[in-house]
Amino acid sequence: MCLGIPGKVVETYREHDVLMGKVAFGGVFKRVCLEHVPDVAIGEYVLVHVGFALNRIDEAEARRVFEFLNEMDQLQELEEVPP
Amino acid sequence: MKFLDEYRDSAAARKLANVIARTVTRPWTIMEVCGGQTHTIVKYGIDRVLPDCVELVHGPGCPVCVTSLEMIDRAHAIAARPDVTFCSFGDMLRVPGSHGDLLQLKSRGSDVRVVYSPLDAVQLAAANPNRQVVFFAIGFETTAPPNAMAVWMAKKRKLTNFSVLVSHVLVPPAMTAILESPRNRVQGFLGPGHVCTVMGCGEYGPIAERYRVPIVITGFEPLDLLEGVLRTVTQLEDGRYEVENQYSRAVPPKGNRQSLDLIGDVFEVCDRKWRGIGSIPLSGYRLRDDYREYDAERRFDVDRIETEESPRCISGEVLRGLKKPHDCPAFGQDCTPQNPLGATMVSSEGACAAYFAYGRHLEVIRRQTPALSATDG
Repeated sequence: MCLGIPGKVVETYREHDVLMGKVAFGGVFKRVCLEHVPDVAIGEYVLVHVGFALNRIDEAEARRVFEFLNEMDQLQELEEVPP
Repeated sequence: MKFLDEYRDSAAARKLANVIARTVTRPWTIMEVCGGQTHTIVKYGIDRVLPDCVELVHGPGCPVCVTSLEMIDRAHAIAARPDVTFCSFGDMLRVPGSHGDLLQLKSRGSDVRVVYSPLDAVQLAAANPNRQVVFFAIGFETTAPPNAMAVWMAKKRKLTNFSVLVSHVLVPPAMTAILESPRNRVQGFLGPGHVCTVMGCGEYGPIAERYRVPIVITGFEPLDLLEGVLRTVTQLEDGRYEVENQYSRAVPPKGNRQSLDLIGDVFEVCDRKWRGIGSIPLSGYRLRDDYREYDAERRFDVDRIETEESPRCISGEVLRGLKKPHDCPAFGQDCTPQNPLGATMVSSEGACAAYFAYGRHLEVIRRQTPALSATDG
């Protein structure tokens, strides 16, 4: 129910004085309310829940888990655990 | 899709599972709060790549499941009116009330519709001024901004034929209720990622401190859940109990300012009854007096509700993490998604429905009929 899908903002417009936009999810486009991400730029990713953008997605933070895994790889900590 | 596919990488998932196996020295019981997290865990078998001593128990975070029977029956009473177009998220249509579900009502001719967004219900009201359009506003904090926005827009557009039946629930009081129970066995939490996208992390510090439980705000993809488990067991092994934010790509520490302001404008905190759990003080939202004219409970007189719950359903214990779906004798046999006895079998995020969807009822049947498993290769 609290499903949130990341989508890319491709267009913004105002409707009844509310900020709306066209957001791409892979090849599917949806109409999304962007009123609570007022500074969003075209090309940025937002997290969409029931047709409403809850927040922007932070690209730098999104890389963090992969940086952690790379560090672990360098420490050679990740071979299979012996049975 | 970007921000989804990379978090489903199986090689990276195996690495994280290995780090977890190296970290754990003792048994730990961890609850994932959200139904969406439960769904991912069962779908990808996350619980089965963890060491045996790490047990995941499933929490109450499925709003469809915890919406009280009284509220479902109230929805029925409103939806049955000939002047009403009743709009709801799809999952709610099959939740059993005392007298059947909303889908059955629709098959008997009532105007019941599934909408993708509460804002679509506002559009419907604007386009159909002769109909009373009612939206069933359920959800956790995640859904509060879009639901509040729908009411706010209806007021701004001076729509007199739109109202909402509000049954909002809040996560922190539910976590507290679980921790207060004498039967509680949860030692750490994977916190609700999308709830915190809206609310921020601030409400969870006092809970971690008071009950000495680590709370790791966690996302919904396989790598998110594995990293959430890793961070939780690391804290448990170290004897720490802090709030950490695994899902920082979508959760700013203070949440969304605009959303918090709108929620504060439209809703106020109230006591709320949870299906299978009972009444929890200050655990829900209702409309503020400024918006009372949009309250469907006031607009339609639906107070005289008598409810009747199936005596066989154990969903209350499943929702509190005390039992698992396969502990129920009816699971997968008398209770299926096609014919659910209780709410946890209805929503795809209910623990029982997730176990059923990914074939775990077959394991129960095999255990009960050894001859079958012997022949099944």
